[in-house]
Amino acid sequence: MGQLFAVEVIYRGVFQKTLAKNITRDIVLAAHNEGKLGISFGRYGDAPERNGIPAKSFAIVANDELTLEAGMAQYEPKQVDLTLVLDDTLCKGGESWAWYGLQPVHHALKPGHTLIVISLEDAPTLLKSIHRREEPYKLGIMKGITSFSGMWVFKDDHTDVRVLGAIAKALPEVFSLKSVEQFINEKLKSAAKVTSARNAFERFTTVPVKAGQGNPEVPFAFEKPGWEDMRSAVSIKGQPQGGPYPDPATGKVGGFRPARNELFKKYSTRTLRPVINFSTCTKCTLCWLNCPDASFDVTPEGTYDANLEACCGCGVCEEVCPVKDCVHMVNESEFHDNKSQWEAFRNDKDAYLKWLESTIEKAEPIEKRSHGFRYRGQYAEQVPEALEIAKKG
Amino acid sequence: MATLTLPVEEKKKGTEQEALITGAEAIAIACKLANVDVVTAYPIRPYDTVMQYISQLVADGEMDCEYIVAEGEHSQFEIVKHASVCGARVFCGSSGVGWMYAMEALTVTPALRIPLIAMVGNRALDDPGAFGVEHNDALAVRDLGWMLTWVDSAQEALDTALIAYRVAEDRRMFVPLAISCDGAFLTHSQALVKIPTAEQVKKFLPAYNRGDLLLHPDNVISVAPQVNEDWVMEIRRQNFAVTEIACDVIREVYAEFEKTFGRKYGNPFFEEYMTEDAEVVLLGMGTLSTPVKVAIRKMREQGKKVGFVRLRWFRPFAGKEIGKCLERFKAIGVLDRDFSFGSPDLSGVVATEVRSAMYSNSKTRPPVIGFIGGLGGREVTVPDVESMTDIVFQAAQGKAQPLTQWIGLRG
Repeated sequence: MGQLFAVEVIYRGVFQKTLAKNITRDIVLAAHNEGKLGISFGRYGDAPERNGIPAKSFAIVANDELTLEAGMAQYEPKQVDLTLVLDDTLCKGGESWAWYGLQPVHHALKPGHTLIVISLEDAPTLLKSIHRREEPYKLGIMKGITSFSGMWVFKDDHTDVRVLGAIAKALPEVFSLKSVEQFINEKLKSAAKVTSARNAFERFTTVPVKAGQGNPEVPFAFEKPGWEDMRSAVSIKGQPQGGPYPDPATGKVGGFRPARNELFKKYSTRTLRPVINFSTCTKCTLCWLNCPDASFDVTPEGTYDANLEACCGCGVCEEVCPVKDCVHMVNESEFHDNKSQWEAFRNDKDAYLKWLESTIEKAEPIEKRSHGFRYRGQYAEQVPEALEIAKKG
Repeated sequence: MATLTLPVEEKKKGTEQEALITGAEAIAIACKLANVDVVTAYPIRPYDTVMQYISQLVADGEMDCEYIVAEGEHSQFEIVKHASVCGARVFCGSSGVGWMYAMEALTVTPALRIPLIAMVGNRALDDPGAFGVEHNDALAVRDLGWMLTWVDSAQEALDTALIAYRVAEDRRMFVPLAISCDGAFLTHSQALVKIPTAEQVKKFLPAYNRGDLLLHPDNVISVAPQVNEDWVMEIRRQNFAVTEIACDVIREVYAEFEKTFGRKYGNPFFEEYMTEDAEVVLLGMGTLSTPVKVAIRKMREQGKKVGFVRLRWFRPFAGKEIGKCLERFKAIGVLDRDFSFGSPDLSGVVATEVRSAMYSNSKTRPPVIGFIGGLGGREVTVPDVESMTDIVFQAAQGKAQPLTQWIGLRG
């Protein structure tokens, strides 16, 4: 057996699908310049890659054909030499409809290997979201905004070649910077891209992450049942109705919390979350009525609390809310847990409103925002900025 | 207009009636006796006779059911699928390309565990557009989890329809079942049939109880979600579990049938005719049994020890019993009213299955000669049967024979 390398790219479907595909293709082609062989593929089971669904692409590279075949003899690599996360909100872990449970981003990373995240945040902030693991690894942050490069209407921001430069540094066994440059010159034919890759190579650094360092949350997981334990007739038991629940301040039971599927939470699809001002809520019911996932709990007070284990972050609630300053969608990177906002409000109203004020300050007004972005036009505006970062670091 | 010869057992409760009816009419009457809740229909010959008879039973006030004429076979099978999930006893059917048009709906019914009873009035698949019998229509679902049975008389059609409901609605089964009736030869020819009483049928056939699989506001379930690669094998394995016990359930139900109605079918899976001392046998399905039996009697007079095995159940295929039955003969001729182009030995479907069953279940390896004949409704004649038998005898004597031969073909 020769040497075998696997790279996992975790991205948001469908926005980053082309970018992820380009990166894994580029990895194979750059390595091929050194005589290596490889394949690039997406995890078909993640499809349909709807709006924001966590999804994966892979590159497998080997020194010879038989080793490559050994690497191809599994649906997806169980262990990877490098993991790349294209959207830092995915650091909270992902659950696509094919993964079952919340999968930490480094779930397949070999001990001691490198996790690369594209982000504007620093390592301590990202480690508030990235789950703990028993084996140490390296975290490398490639500075940049969440890129939709390669997608239909979006301009190329050099993310793909910057990633190649970073990989040449983090995993030089796969390919050297020279091979990356050769690949860019021959296939992409762009001197600017060569510069971007070289800059990324030079600036890329990692910080060691010790065993046990990171988000202490235990990601929810479950065993898939055997065929004799599964219901027959391709049927699933419906959820019970749900019911009232207590007010943490008074103990008074009321409201309504629907029962939800404990095995499929979907919230890792979210890049924005609603932040709710319970003191301005008029109990008009519109958010609750319009939520496509029934993710609002009716509180014992009669207000509406977005249950953050159910919310996909679509923003319909904000759109339909008739009250100014009641529902605000805020980027997911501001938050590190899914706790009930209403309970925080009931436990300490003043502290909650203070927190609310500082949090929604970061939210862009709805008229400027579009789904999947922090605000409408953000991407076009930030591409020059991204290119600047690529140049200067 | 010719009047239907309908039974009048309501007027003479407690006594079995006799009527001169077609195979299709016999199945319509079985639906009435089984108190079917939902019937869907879409005309295509020769199946359409059964929908005509049922609609007349409804019009005459003899049968109470939802009778829905769909806009095509696909919807026809979809409607009964949904009705069955909601607890209705259902019936429908089709023929030839109509059956094929419903194919998507046909494929989903076994996995959803729908005890749908369908009549297939066997018909050649287009092209050429033709009305005559060929078995490739029903056989198209042979690998999908459907139960498939072939009958050769109106009496057997009626009895098998009642048996079918009891087998399919058994909680261990819950899979669709198609009763194949040869177009014209059975669907359109009238014979004297004994019609059991409603009381007898009520005793034999318990109410359809879908239990925890019932789609109902009091039993909230979601049926047929999309899944990915991590669930399909388990779902297929559940259907496989049905096929593992299907033969046992069928045996039980035939025993119950005999007890209730007194008519004996013996081995449920196949009928043996003059096989006791036979050296060679012919094997086939459906109404070709008539010319074969006549020819066998004639050949017996000439001292030729030939018998006949008529296969009733194709799915489940009773491989063990068939392998054991056939191992005692010196050669076997399988007459297929179907084709399986490009199959091993270029045989018909049944010949291939018989060889396969014998490979794992028979102690001997007698030659199995496949014959393809009677396609598109062509008559299988007594001389045809005699010449096939001669070929099988030659094979038994060790004279090499082509493994597949076309019979009754213009040269």
